[in-house]
Amino acid sequence: MIRFDRVTVRYPDNGPAPLRDVTLRVEEGELCLVAGRTGAGKSTLLRAINGLVPHFTGGTLHGTVTVDGRDTRTHPPRDLADVVGVVGQDPLSGFVTDTVEEELAYGMEQLALPPTVMRKRVEETLDLLGIADLRNRPLRTLSGGQQQRVAIGAVLTTHPRVLVLDEPTSALDPTAAEDVLATITRLVHDLGVTVVLAEHRLERVVQYADRLLYLPGDGRVVDGPPAEVLADVNLVPPLVELGRLAGWTPLPLSVRDARRQATELRQRLARATPSWPPPATEPATALSARRIVVRHPGTVAVAGVDLDLHTGQIVALMGRNGSGKSSLLWAVQGSGPRQGGAVTVFGPTGAVDPRRLPAHQARRHVGLVPQTPGDLLYLETVDAECHQADRETGVPAGTCRALLDQLAPGLPGDRHPRDLSEGQRLALALAVQLTAAPPVVLLDEPTRGLDYDAKRRFASLVRGLAAAGRSVVVATHDVELVAALADRVIVMAEGEIVADGATAEVMLASPAFAPQVAKVLAPAPWLTVEQVAAALGAAREPA
Amino acid sequence: MVAWPRPDDGVVPPTRMAEVTVDRGPTTGAGRGMVRLPRALHPGAWWLWALGLATAASHTTNPLPLALLVAVAALVVVRRRGDAPWALAFRMYVWLGAVIVAMRVVFRVVFGGGQGEHVLLRLPEIPLPEWAAGIRLFGPVAAEQVLGGLYDGLRLATMLICLGAANALANPKRLLKAVPGALYAVGTAVVVALSVAPQVVESVLRVRRARRLRGAPGRGMRALRAIALPVLADALDRSLALAASMDSRGYGRTAAVPAGQRAVTGALVLGGLVGVCAGTYGLLDATGPDRLGLPMLLAGLAAAVAGMLLAGRRIRRSRYRPDRWRPAELLVAGCGVTAAALTMLAGAVDPEPLYPPVSPLTWPELTPLVLLAVAAAALPAWLAPPPPLTRTARPPSAPTGVTAAEAVRAAVPPTRVPGGRA
Repeated sequence: MIRFDRVTVRYPDNGPAPLRDVTLRVEEGELCLVAGRTGAGKSTLLRAINGLVPHFTGGTLHGTVTVDGRDTRTHPPRDLADVVGVVGQDPLSGFVTDTVEEELAYGMEQLALPPTVMRKRVEETLDLLGIADLRNRPLRTLSGGQQQRVAIGAVLTTHPRVLVLDEPTSALDPTAAEDVLATITRLVHDLGVTVVLAEHRLERVVQYADRLLYLPGDGRVVDGPPAEVLADVNLVPPLVELGRLAGWTPLPLSVRDARRQATELRQRLARATPSWPPPATEPATALSARRIVVRHPGTVAVAGVDLDLHTGQIVALMGRNGSGKSSLLWAVQGSGPRQGGAVTVFGPTGAVDPRRLPAHQARRHVGLVPQTPGDLLYLETVDAECHQADRETGVPAGTCRALLDQLAPGLPGDRHPRDLSEGQRLALALAVQLTAAPPVVLLDEPTRGLDYDAKRRFASLVRGLAAAGRSVVVATHDVELVAALADRVIVMAEGEIVADGATAEVMLASPAFAPQVAKVLAPAPWLTVEQVAAALGAAREPA
Repeated sequence: MVAWPRPDDGVVPPTRMAEVTVDRGPTTGAGRGMVRLPRALHPGAWWLWALGLATAASHTTNPLPLALLVAVAALVVVRRRGDAPWALAFRMYVWLGAVIVAMRVVFRVVFGGGQGEHVLLRLPEIPLPEWAAGIRLFGPVAAEQVLGGLYDGLRLATMLICLGAANALANPKRLLKAVPGALYAVGTAVVVALSVAPQVVESVLRVRRARRLRGAPGRGMRALRAIALPVLADALDRSLALAASMDSRGYGRTAAVPAGQRAVTGALVLGGLVGVCAGTYGLLDATGPDRLGLPMLLAGLAAAVAGMLLAGRRIRRSRYRPDRWRPAELLVAGCGVTAAALTMLAGAVDPEPLYPPVSPLTWPELTPLVLLAVAAAALPAWLAPPPPLTRTARPPSAPTGVTAAEAVRAAVPPTRVPGGRA
């Protein structure tokens, strides 16, 4: 279906070629997963399939890419629209019209399909994706998961034989992501569509994949069945890590596979108990919020929430998109709207409400890194941002740079912030905010777009902050990260706190939030591979 | 084959059903004895109707027919508008009309001239220097003078309110969709711009809020730079993403057109549109020369249509659920044209009642022809099918109730997918 024949892609900036001499074939009806670090060339590979590389992005492509017998050299993306459907990371930015029904029809209008066919296909697609009740809704009022399903529907109406999806679930909460992935697997099984899918969180999709294309980052593409490729790759979901630890072959890719192999492991662990980080002795309260109310026009985002944060504690804030997480963080920081309630920060200068302080004072008490860290950055180079942060805060020159070197060592100072990777940009924004040395640090969805490696570095960075006595709140959808990082988990829904407790307690209580290891080893309360490894190591030593 | 639900079945909310059954069109030939389903009328029909009303209004200063025309426009809007945001714009046009009338009257009082015998009140006159001879500030206010301003203002306000009615009745975006194929690219650009604007506002607000996090104020030159750069970068990213998406979804698949033909079509369309504008002006402005009116309009229209047909033939594209001209559309447009024609006829027969003199003061009169014109203008309130209500019961912020488990369950039965490719 898709053939790459000795393909090399180079961009004009003289950097290393993202793809070098790649030859591969994707057969009809396969679900092919593309994995690799950020910047390893996943998007280049995906965009080369429908000719966006190089027709749209520039750069040079050597070799040939053919899709369904059509060479992308002679067929620009618009002439492949009836064969390849492309869905991007942010569905909203790809929408051309403004209601669901018109968006579904847009692609067909371009292909000049007869009106009767269009009418029929729109109805089919609405039903296929379960979005029939949304047909008249404006696209902007849909939730993230709904938008992503509409975006998939909008390319499906032209009946493409190949579907290319670039990280379709990265912005979605776990449930919405499951919805989208269920839709995709259903398309593969029912319609026989060939799917090429890039995804950071392998644990969500690797079980459905027929093939794995792994991009190590040097321009090569490692190609093979998922279990084989993952065996010698350091970029693996927790399930595979557990499998390696327990020595299972073949490596399990789904919870079901792992659970069937895990009987013996569960027995070995029967007598051990997971090691928990010792609870801090009488943690001091760093921030106390009472009856916080945030109203947006038409909705109540936060409905009278009480929140206490303790020094040295990492709190994960979870809940579906639109449940009020961001509104709560902004209200606590004092920069966002807050219609009721009181916040007290027990900072270096005594108890204060950050809302009553001017903005430059408030950030010395509570630091917040917003969902798009790039919003904080506006200067041309990393060094300029660091100097500006020092000046704004009134601290000795070099403070911000020193912080940045702790967070992300060796970041070139003359680089433009927009040229940094997601992880590096996050580190820079965090360093800027930490320059003010706030005792409470709030992070709004920091792990969006981070690969396993960057996430691991981010986790150790946050642990460092907590160890230094700061209170950290991380709003996130990433269950595995929470399991490995947080001391305490708060779950929000409809503007209220529905669960608040120790990580194990909250995460083991519901299957939606349980990490993979917990699902495999249930009913025993294990959360992470590290815990299992520690317990196994301890069991082996006395023997 | 799966039986698909009738397109309009799901759209008719129960509350509308009552009206559907009651609302028969006794006077329409096509709809006689048949239940009319709610549907949106072709936006062009509403615009033609409204232009007809505006033309009628432009041919008289008599306050009685003008007031009746405003009432008719309001009646039709109230009976036949949908529940979309633009449908509420009518009130704004009425306000604007009231402001225009008030301005006219105030201007007449201020720069009065003071002709007229029936002086209502005497304001102190402000003496002006020599060179401003002929202009008077304040002074005695005569009833004739106020009435003249009122008539004049009312005519302008009525024309504006008629166009406002068209705006409230027809979806502006659907009108864009109805543009001929040759103007398709322009239409797309406008639609994209309309949807990008709120996104830019959103990102300005977001970045401004983020500014506060760095402890910087949201005002001043420096803040402008700090806000403008991220917003611009954001807008650029978005437009690139949109362009990539449009490209990969087949936008711009056109057949190659030779340059000569492109020039001819362009000239025809542009020249035609200029002709249409000039013709419309000539027609609406009673003082203009006669040859600028109808002949110019028709010639321009013909040129534009020819150009668009020529250009449209080259475009390989189809329309999803296009608005069609059906009997109801023709009737509505016909009502507007009839109203305009009857008023013009009335003017030709006896211009006196259409322009009631303010001096001497006379009571304005209605002639049967003008009354007939107003009646014709009011007919669409019954002739047009009721509008569909698009409002869904679900509030926009409510998330889907579908859980992952449900989605998986839904995925399990191997649903037959109709229309699958061979």
